[in-house]
Amino acid sequence: MSASSSLPVSSPSSPHLHLAVALDGAGWHPAAWREPVARPRDLLTAGYWTDLVTEAERGLLDFVTIEDALGLQSSHLTEPDSRTDQVRGRLDAVLIAARVAPLTSHIGLVPTAVVTHTEPFHLSKAIATLDYVSTGRAGVRVQVSARAYEAAHFGRRTVPPLRIEDLDSPAVRELTTDLFDEAADYVEAVRRLWDSWEDGAEIRDVATGRFVDRDKLHYIDFEGKHFSVKGPSITPRPPQGQPIVSALAHATVPYRLVARATDIGYVTPHDAGQARAIVEEIRAEQRAAGRADEPLHVFGDLVVFLDDDPAAAAARRERLDALAGYPYTGDARIFTGSPVQLADLLQELAEAGLSGFRLRPAVLGHDLPAVTRGLVPELQRRGVFRQSYESDTLRGLLGLSRPANRYAATA
Amino acid sequence: MSSTSQDKPRKQVHLAAHFPGVNNTTVWSDPEAGSHIEFSSFAHFARTAERAKFDFLFLAEGLRLREQGGKVYDLDVVGRPDTFTILTALAAVTEHLGLTGTINSTFNEPYEVARQFASLDHLSDGRAAWNVVTSWDAFTGENFRRGGFLPQEERYSRAKEFLTTANELFDSWHGDEIVADQQTGTFLRDAKAGAFVYEGQHFDIQGQFNVPRSPQGRPVIFQAGDSDEGREFAASSADAIFSRYATLKEGQAFYTDVKGRLARYGRQRDQLLILPAATFVLGDTDAEAEELSREVRRQQVSGATAIKHLEFVWNRDLSAYDPEGPLPDIDPDLGEHTIARGRAQVRMYRDPLATAREWRELAAANKWSIRDLVIETGNRQAFVGSPATVAETIDSFVQADASDGFILVPHITPGGLDTFADTVVPLLQERGVYRTEYEGTTLRDHLGLAHPDDVRDERAAS
Repeated sequence: MSASSSLPVSSPSSPHLHLAVALDGAGWHPAAWREPVARPRDLLTAGYWTDLVTEAERGLLDFVTIEDALGLQSSHLTEPDSRTDQVRGRLDAVLIAARVAPLTSHIGLVPTAVVTHTEPFHLSKAIATLDYVSTGRAGVRVQVSARAYEAAHFGRRTVPPLRIEDLDSPAVRELTTDLFDEAADYVEAVRRLWDSWEDGAEIRDVATGRFVDRDKLHYIDFEGKHFSVKGPSITPRPPQGQPIVSALAHATVPYRLVARATDIGYVTPHDAGQARAIVEEIRAEQRAAGRADEPLHVFGDLVVFLDDDPAAAAARRERLDALAGYPYTGDARIFTGSPVQLADLLQELAEAGLSGFRLRPAVLGHDLPAVTRGLVPELQRRGVFRQSYESDTLRGLLGLSRPANRYAATA
Repeated sequence: MSSTSQDKPRKQVHLAAHFPGVNNTTVWSDPEAGSHIEFSSFAHFARTAERAKFDFLFLAEGLRLREQGGKVYDLDVVGRPDTFTILTALAAVTEHLGLTGTINSTFNEPYEVARQFASLDHLSDGRAAWNVVTSWDAFTGENFRRGGFLPQEERYSRAKEFLTTANELFDSWHGDEIVADQQTGTFLRDAKAGAFVYEGQHFDIQGQFNVPRSPQGRPVIFQAGDSDEGREFAASSADAIFSRYATLKEGQAFYTDVKGRLARYGRQRDQLLILPAATFVLGDTDAEAEELSREVRRQQVSGATAIKHLEFVWNRDLSAYDPEGPLPDIDPDLGEHTIARGRAQVRMYRDPLATAREWRELAAANKWSIRDLVIETGNRQAFVGSPATVAETIDSFVQADASDGFILVPHITPGGLDTFADTVVPLLQERGVYRTEYEGTTLRDHLGLAHPDDVRDERAAS
């Protein structure tokens, strides 16, 4: 296999789409929990999450992401909302992924981690360990937090209260740039920690009494503006070498993080033209970062209401909006329609340069099975989605090879 | 219970298992030694512990690789997976076993640790426990945002405040807030669920905790320090102590001391369990076990390990010495300790000159080589014998109030517990001092500890 055929960096005609689902509470619509299929009292149980991920695996999806945050959910972007009519409370996403890992066998597990208030050393070993417990299916979605109320949960730094109308002000732009630069540093430190043990560092050489070959362990000596990390990791290099790093991005600064530091960027185009423009911008940033030759997936995010009868999907959305008390909108395009229509849209967006999609089911209990049992068979019929899992690792499913270790002496 | 009035009722023995880790008690050179990283090892170990009806599995934590002479220490097992991630994954392959992890209070923040433990408790249906430890050195700090050094006197104050803050967060949800009424559209009864404010010397935080109350209310709290402050911390705040006194006399003294401190905090003697770590070697007969024990000790202490062990005390490079020869006649370097970093053992040698003198005398009197000395003076297996002998010894220790049970540390990963489970456990069950089935589902149930809400209710009612 030649390097260029391993990933459709610039060949949108690649036959296979990648498909992930984003798991959050009862689903992405704020009234999702009120649907009869929702299990709102189970959201904090292992069984609920196991059922969801098992369903996604039944549909041969590449991976699931699990949302998280270091504060209570809010309908407001930057502050708590005191609502009592929506799902509030959640479990740590990395641990949900760990709980589900031994009960699944092929699907990738990509929990969200907030990098603004946590330790790169801790996250590095947690994701490496998720890779061990899932035997090579771990990833992470890194997320920054600019929310003042979340900073107050840690008390280590203050973030000025943000108002939506100030989002374009120079001060907010500077804050955002700083947070994303820190995130890039964080990912760099995490990646160095994953490489800080060469493969085969554990030698168990009885003759010399040495358990490890310490020449294969490396200090990473990361020095950044907000933290430094000495290394090496406490956890040996994980099965995938480098688990998958991903990030959601809506603008140039986060596109730069995607281009510099990740394996997958999730973006939110509302049509093929936007998709093409975003992909071009990310590719340009990728070249600027000197990573033009490295595989980088760009996935489109879509909220989906899926029913065989498109009118039923639209009616469901209206009903849920009425229950929520306002029309649900968000960063991503909201699709309502049938699996056939969604398949058409995904193919159209793929031609604009997206290599996969992260679907956000509006109601998990309804729209997740509609993806796995409706959309997936439709894509398979069209010959653009796998018929069976072709790899045991997430990197393998994404067409990414196991990277060489940056610290290993080249032969 | 058929005991007569002058008989004390037979105490029930508590048993737990420590996954063998980074120290020279873990034998990695044995052909039966497997991976200490692969999840299959942890799963095997946990299933064995659960088959034996153990209270819990215990995982230690590492935050920096140990060093000696400026280089990563390479003679023992090196490396561990992440504690939270392994424990939560183990919840998927076990049903009853408690899941206890050491989590450092120095290089973590309460909000994050509290949500990880609350999440583990939810995802295991009430089996989470936290061994709260402190750390202080700049060496470990080099891996963390906080960095730096924590003076001795601030270690426990930060740990105490950390625990107080975490408890504040655990208690910020009462357990009845989630209504999830699909008809009326009320998800939360109270918009302020999870609200907290904590202002102290080490933490000044406020907001809303985002993990609703977990099955156990709070994780079970373990404490491992042995200093006076550590004992006091445990008496005031812990549910169990992970101690290191596995001999009868020392164990009894520690037990009496710590249990005696509880009344000061309005606590009963059964509200704090004392569980020493204990190693063991089993054989078909006592003689065979003794023989095996000597072999294990030689596997644990290679010539190179013996030299490194001496270097902790001498604080010098002793690599030129023959481990099968006599002890060094030079004195320890009393300057700043530079030879070994990240090794807890260093703290044990407060007076290296006296230790060196004592060891030289011991070795001369017994004609011991360096290696012999380290083998003879090092950690001995606590329980060596046939299954019958070991069962009897464990039972007698517990009945004599030397402990409430033991946290067993096998020397082989991951099968080191198998024989114990198959041979000693049935004998303890026959003696009527050990459960044959789990009576409850949560770790609090196994340890006989009340749910924090019940304790609160009792106090409110009295």
